Amino acid sequence: MFLAEVSGNVGSIAYGLAAIGPGIGVGIIFGQGVQAIARQPELTNVIRQNMLLGFALTEALALIGFVVPFVHS
Amino acid sequence: MSAPHILASPGGGGEFQAPGLEIFQFSPLWHGAPSWLTKPVLISALTVIIVCAFFWAAYNKPKLVPRGVQNVGEVGYLFVRDQIARPMIGKDGDRWMPFLVSTFFFILIMNWMGVIPILYLPIASHIAFPIVLAAVVYVMMIFLSIKHQGLVGYFKNMMFPPGLPKPLYIILAPIELLSNIILRPFTHSVRLFANMFAGHLLLAFFATVAYWFLIEKLTGLGAGVGVVGFLMTIVMTAFEMFVQALQAFIFTLLAASYIGGALHPEH
Repeated sequence: MFLAEVSGNVGSIAYGLAAIGPGIGVGIIFGQGVQAIARQPELTNVIRQNMLLGFALTEALALIGFVVPFVHS
Repeated sequence: MSAPHILASPGGGGEFQAPGLEIFQFSPLWHGAPSWLTKPVLISALTVIIVCAFFWAAYNKPKLVPRGVQNVGEVGYLFVRDQIARPMIGKDGDRWMPFLVSTFFFILIMNWMGVIPILYLPIASHIAFPIVLAAVVYVMMIFLSIKHQGLVGYFKNMMFPPGLPKPLYIILAPIELLSNIILRPFTHSVRLFANMFAGHLLLAFFATVAYWFLIEKLTGLGAGVGVVGFLMTIVMTAFEMFVQALQAFIFTLLAASYIGGALHPEH
């Protein structure tokens, strides 16, 4: 008898794990970005630019985690 | 597979079954058509025609005081120039505008096909399309880097950026090499693909829930779930339009930043 058994699609659990890091990262990026805009409103365009760039790079990890189960199955 | 086909078959009839990968598989348009002539190919051809027709209408006979569709075309052009080309590439960003504008609008229209009734397919949810677009940028990036920095200079600038303590290069050099040469084209294409793939799957799921619980198997308890599914379909459609525009923007932004990095390695 198993103490804790995992059944169903393991890929969905993998995606849940893969989303933790990027989730924290995206939160930090937008939190700091909004703070920066509040401090320097005249630099909004530059900050938004870099915010989106950082967001895109961070989000890639979560998306890879989303795609891998489909490819693997 | 067509929508009625999915809804008629799930699990032998009795139970609700969420749509899966089969909604991305298409057979040829009509019986006896060549095997490559499927719905995604048709929609991508349509996208090309729309983009060409739009810019033809906007810039065929440009006037000093713009009227009608030229206004829209100029706003689109200025958006790409001021938000993407100039901040990312710098002064000579204007030279890259033809490539960036066509990439941006091609991807934008291609993505928005995912919320247009009847068509309902963001073509980038087939990885072949983003891969080709990313490969174009990748080949161009490597070509420009070697042209402007030289073969040795390219790898030197990439793996050994100046101004760091010496022992750090042992860790940094392989990471930079891996991330620039191998991971870059991969994430560049997968980012667009996975967003469109997930969005389409999400929309299909909520639409199927609404159809199943409100029309196919209408019961007192199930109706609530169906209404939630129906409302979520509308909300997610609006959200998807935002994500699709954002992904087109980000893809072009990254392409511009790769080109900019190749031209001016000091940044």
